[in-house]
Amino acid sequence: MKNIAIQIEELKRDFKMGEEVVHALRGISFTIKEGEFVTIMGTSGSGKSTLLNTLGCLDQPSSGIYKIDNVPVKNLDKNQLAKIRNEKIGFIFQAYNLLPRTTALENVELPLLYNTKVSTEERRERAIEALTKVGLAERLNHTPSQLSGGQQQRVAIARSLVNNPVVLLADEATGNLDTRTSYEIMALFQELHDQGKTIVFVTHESDIASFSNRTIVLKDGNIIKDDINTKIRNAKEELAAIPKAD
Amino acid sequence: MRIFNLLKISFKAIILNKVRTLLTMLGVIIGVASVIAMLAIGEGSKQSIKSQISNMGSNMITVMPYAERQAGVRLDRSEMQSLTLDDYKTLVSDAKLLTDVSPKVDGSGQVIYGAENWPSSIYGVTPNYLDIKVWDVTSGSMFTDDEVSSAAKVAVIGQTIVENIFTNGEDPIGKMIRFGNIPFKVIGVLSEKGENTFGQDQDDVVLAPYTTVQKRILAIDYLQSVVASAISEEQSENAVAEVKVIMNKAHNIKEGDTSDYEVRSMEELISTFSSTSEMLTVLLVAIASISLLIGGIGIMNIMYVSVKERTREIGLRLAVGAKGADILLQFLIEAILISITGGVIGVVLGLSTTFIIENVLHWPTSVTSSSIIISFGVCAITGIFFGFYPARKAAALDPITAMRYE
Repeated sequence: MKNIAIQIEELKRDFKMGEEVVHALRGISFTIKEGEFVTIMGTSGSGKSTLLNTLGCLDQPSSGIYKIDNVPVKNLDKNQLAKIRNEKIGFIFQAYNLLPRTTALENVELPLLYNTKVSTEERRERAIEALTKVGLAERLNHTPSQLSGGQQQRVAIARSLVNNPVVLLADEATGNLDTRTSYEIMALFQELHDQGKTIVFVTHESDIASFSNRTIVLKDGNIIKDDINTKIRNAKEELAAIPKAD
Repeated sequence: MRIFNLLKISFKAIILNKVRTLLTMLGVIIGVASVIAMLAIGEGSKQSIKSQISNMGSNMITVMPYAERQAGVRLDRSEMQSLTLDDYKTLVSDAKLLTDVSPKVDGSGQVIYGAENWPSSIYGVTPNYLDIKVWDVTSGSMFTDDEVSSAAKVAVIGQTIVENIFTNGEDPIGKMIRFGNIPFKVIGVLSEKGENTFGQDQDDVVLAPYTTVQKRILAIDYLQSVVASAISEEQSENAVAEVKVIMNKAHNIKEGDTSDYEVRSMEELISTFSSTSEMLTVLLVAIASISLLIGGIGIMNIMYVSVKERTREIGLRLAVGAKGADILLQFLIEAILISITGGVIGVVLGLSTTFIIENVLHWPTSVTSSSIIISFGVCAITGIFFGFYPARKAAALDPITAMRYE
């Protein structure tokens, strides 16, 4: 029996927009075990961003239970949430969100700068290790402007890995990339999954979802589907099938 | 460790925005440099005014007899015999706030040399009279204490007398002149002083040992006045009070009695001096505050822009685990680094400007360590003060909205 990485029960999130109350999440429940690769799908307005923000401890639910790594998040203050984000969560964003004019290595080191337990040497070692893992060992001192979109997203993935998080949270991580590069990134995610990483991947493309082993579909703040993927596509094989551009 | 990391982050941000940082610093640099230069000029002119005023003998104190009435007629001070040599000696031995004390008796008459003569005054004093008046001798020398004790017939004469009786340009040193009927050997010439504030020609004077003047010219054994200098201008008032205490005791004067002497100081000069320097200081402090304020506003301005511009970066930092305090400190450190670096450059620039002013324009300047410490300190505080609000704004950002900020 694998450990539970994420557990949510009857999670609700309401926003007050003037007089009106918007129910972004209307009481959803699921658990994600360690080592799962889950995609969360839904159209815009389905609540998937709200869910991701909540899972990422960037936002607090209005009601319900959220436990990450068996730590209940409710009632934690801002600083405690920051600590959880720092130690248990690795974020990957659609727009990469790398610091401009800052080398890949320094970008990857960033989360560890806010962890006082990590020394300068260890920080550097771990950043190099993470960049090697995503295949950018040769690009340590390149700044984002010197890297392609796919490479920038790899740097972002390395950054999310550097703190050995309980879960990787990817928000439309392939949204800014072409199909080929998207598949390359998905191949990297599958590789990380094979190494035992827990991944939650938010997307609106079913194509991308087919690379994961479980898909949760949201609509209007409710889960309408939560399926185990039986036909997982292999990104590496798919990549080989795509003719190389030029 | 945490501070060290934040310092590194802030430093990096500054390095990445060299031009903008430099422009921000410029306000601080100019502020600090102008404060230092201004204060140096102010302090320099203050000191030059001070030395000019001191040359007028601003710390001089005069003790003279009180002119009594006899049969309804107010007597001339010089006729009074209440001030004695003993008073002088008591003041020399007892007064702690006086540096130099000299008795003074004066007479007037004709100075005669060869066929020339000139009406003038003779002051009978001791050698330290020159120190009290801040006068000096250009050629020859002042008479000595021995010559005072022996009542030697020697004299030191002023420039006006030299011009009027040594008309053919001979060197007066060693020549015999007569004051009235008494022959004096000229042993020194006073340097030119010009007129004093009352329009009196200060060069029209003969200085001689007071003993000689007492015995040979005036035939008196009392003193007409005692002049002294207080240890400093600031201490003049206290010195006057001290002299009064000593004199009251010596003359056995009780409180409420009419005293038989008067003490005067150069109050007018002193108050002019202190009000002038006070005004200068206030003016300079005002200029200083304005330039530093503008520098500070410059920092705040840029920090606000910086926070706005780096909203996404702040969002990301918060997302990967930075606490609000980390962000606050990052921006605060950045502001402080800018202001301190600007302050250091400003100090250097201020000192070089002062150096140039001193050596090219030949204005008197004086850099005080306090002006450096104050301007630098104020600029560091400015950094904290004006850096705090933008930093707090950055720290209060919501990571979700910050990351979406375009």
